[in-house]
Amino acid sequence: MAEHAAHHHEPGEDVVFGQYETIEQQRESYIVGMWTFLVTEVMFFGGLFLVYTLYRWKYAEVWHGMSLHLNFWLGGINTAVLLLSSFSVAWAVQRAQVGDTKNQIRLLWFTVACACTFLVIKFIEYREKIVHGLYPDWAYQGLPDVEFGPSRLFMSLYFAMTGLHGVHVLVGIIVITTLIFMTKAKAPSISDYIPTEMVALYWHFVDLVWIFLYPLFYLIPA
Amino acid sequence: MSATATTTARAHPEKNYLNADHTIASWLLTTDHKRIAVLYLISVTFFFFIGSIAAGLVRLELTSSQGLLLTSEAYNKMFSAHGVVMIFFFLLPSIPAAIGNFVIPIQIGARDLAFPRLNLLSWYLYIIAGGLILFALAGGGFDAGWTFYTPLSSLYSDTQITIALVAIFIAGFSSIFTGLNFIVTVHKMRAPGMTWFRMPLMVWANYATSLLMMLGTPVVAITLFLVVLERTLGIGIFSAEIGGDPVLFQHMFWFYSHPAVYIMVLPGMGVISELISAFSKRPVFGYHFVAFSSLAIAGLGFLVWGHHMFISSQSVYLGVIFSLITFLVAVPSAIKVFNWAFTMYKGYVEFKTPMVYAIAFLGLFLIGGLTGLFLAALDTDVHLTGTYFIVAHFHYVMVGSSTIAFLGAVHFWWPKMFGKMYNEFWGTLSAIVIFAGFNFTFFPQFILGYLGMPRRYHYYFFEPAWEVYNVMSTMGASILAIGFLMPAFYLTASLLNGKKAPQNPWGAKGLEWEKAASPPVTFNFSEPVVVTEPAYNYPSADRPGGAMVHQLDQLDEDIEKLEGD
Repeated sequence: MAEHAAHHHEPGEDVVFGQYETIEQQRESYIVGMWTFLVTEVMFFGGLFLVYTLYRWKYAEVWHGMSLHLNFWLGGINTAVLLLSSFSVAWAVQRAQVGDTKNQIRLLWFTVACACTFLVIKFIEYREKIVHGLYPDWAYQGLPDVEFGPSRLFMSLYFAMTGLHGVHVLVGIIVITTLIFMTKAKAPSISDYIPTEMVALYWHFVDLVWIFLYPLFYLIPA
Repeated sequence: MSATATTTARAHPEKNYLNADHTIASWLLTTDHKRIAVLYLISVTFFFFIGSIAAGLVRLELTSSQGLLLTSEAYNKMFSAHGVVMIFFFLLPSIPAAIGNFVIPIQIGARDLAFPRLNLLSWYLYIIAGGLILFALAGGGFDAGWTFYTPLSSLYSDTQITIALVAIFIAGFSSIFTGLNFIVTVHKMRAPGMTWFRMPLMVWANYATSLLMMLGTPVVAITLFLVVLERTLGIGIFSAEIGGDPVLFQHMFWFYSHPAVYIMVLPGMGVISELISAFSKRPVFGYHFVAFSSLAIAGLGFLVWGHHMFISSQSVYLGVIFSLITFLVAVPSAIKVFNWAFTMYKGYVEFKTPMVYAIAFLGLFLIGGLTGLFLAALDTDVHLTGTYFIVAHFHYVMVGSSTIAFLGAVHFWWPKMFGKMYNEFWGTLSAIVIFAGFNFTFFPQFILGYLGMPRRYHYYFFEPAWEVYNVMSTMGASILAIGFLMPAFYLTASLLNGKKAPQNPWGAKGLEWEKAASPPVTFNFSEPVVVTEPAYNYPSADRPGGAMVHQLDQLDEDIEKLEGD
């Protein structure tokens, strides 16, 4: 049993942790684990999407009116930025598979840069809303052309859903940066492409959530 | 570290997971699923006693119809503390995280869970959450019940609800990580030959539970977090004054919290399958049906949340549908009970302590389950909901079934976990005292509920006739308390100077009994496991002399033991 334990590791060799029999078993466990985690994440956001669906159905006009006040262009740029980052992280996985660590790390840095850009733009948007009295707490001022109460509900959902997504982006930045440093330090647990692929899966999920959020908030037809 | 420990264990067979290392750090930083299980066992027991104290105060208060002991506010905080601590900090983690953590990897022939470090993280999350809940209690408590209905929890209550909700949120992630670990472990870590239909039913039940944890817990986590957002940042999703829907909170809460009932009871059912088979020396009758009924309960569990809301402005048509689906849950539950009964039929039944607990479970679960049908029926529910009838019903399921199953499991696997036997007389006595005390406590509450006593009332001076049943119930609770305290004493005594447990004290089938030492070594087995037979492969009692075979086996073992000495 002890044959497979981590401390027998030599550079360039696959590391199998003590609880696993083979490297295949370990890889498959990681993959099943990550997908299971993503199912949980879907349910986590799913609760919010349910709330969104019900309220939008109830206050369709308000939802349309409010979406006109969100910044279509900033949201659009952010969508492009995230799509680009999903592309770069997928490319990084491919580089990791062929063992091209140098370009893998460059692409991961590019992904982190995209994620940071996204957050900066999001911050500008939030600031704009707060300055215009659209932060949905007791000091909420509303807009002249939309019904006051439900418009605050809209902004509540906007902040809750994009905020939760923003937290996921932040976690993504931390995780990808950690991966970069561990890869550079040749940490024994990063001996193959699987960790990169797992991180990439998470990042695609974060991207995918935004792909839903953008049309649901910014592109509501009358 | 772990690899070294295994090597040593091979060289010196007396080394096991408990004495492999003695430092405190070796416990607090362990990744061994067995050690983490022991950490969980200690922590859930601690929270069980915290929750019990709150329950004791509630019962004491209700002995008088005048409300003499506590103020109304203190009373509200007391039952809230009781509910939150017992559900989120005892029942949800008890069997999966403490017992399942220990036995599931061994039962499927694995060296550990798939993600040992995640397992440790989930214990730490639990401890952080537990610390926060104690902090919330010390800071004045919270008074919105364990259900935290809006707008009471979001708008009106000025107590430590925010901290309590954050604590539950964190505890939720602890439970999600345990579930994730179990799912991956069951899928990927089974020993060669351990096919899906050779797995012990304990593993099936915990697998079904893990599915519920993965799919349900995130929903309640986000729901409760939205209440936190409303209380702290003013982001009101459920506020009626801006057009939000407070009842939506109830839908989302029960979407998790009904499945949560099955998170609490399914692992218990898994335990009962193990106990009944082991002490009847017979394979579980209708193995496949029992396995799939766990999945059926898990599946149906997600479709019945509306039965908590028959009087919460839900449409009657919705109510009828929820009522019908709720009746369906009775089918897989009944399959289990009938199959357990048939397992014992013609078996070689031994009334050892775990079996006495299992029998107690059968009786109490039967009452708990059947009274559930009263509440599933739309019209009787309108009369009974919100009364003590419902309190009695869910205590029969959660205490009478889950907690009794937990105790049964502790007694069953105790020799395996700690390598020591406990006093059989005191063990059996505790099971009987708990069974008697439990019925004495909660049966009068069915009557109280039927008479119309509302739950969560601080006093009932307007109906003094209820007092006699309340006094009866509180007396029962005192007996129950004695019953729950007894194991604390004789199990501690067994740790200190109990007889050394043999590898298979019950003569049971299963890898944990047949292949692992008591207590097991760090990586569970001293040689690789290959499974060649189905679970519970006891010689069939239907064959002539079947029961005799066991008695002869037992004799052989006894003789071997004597010769060994």
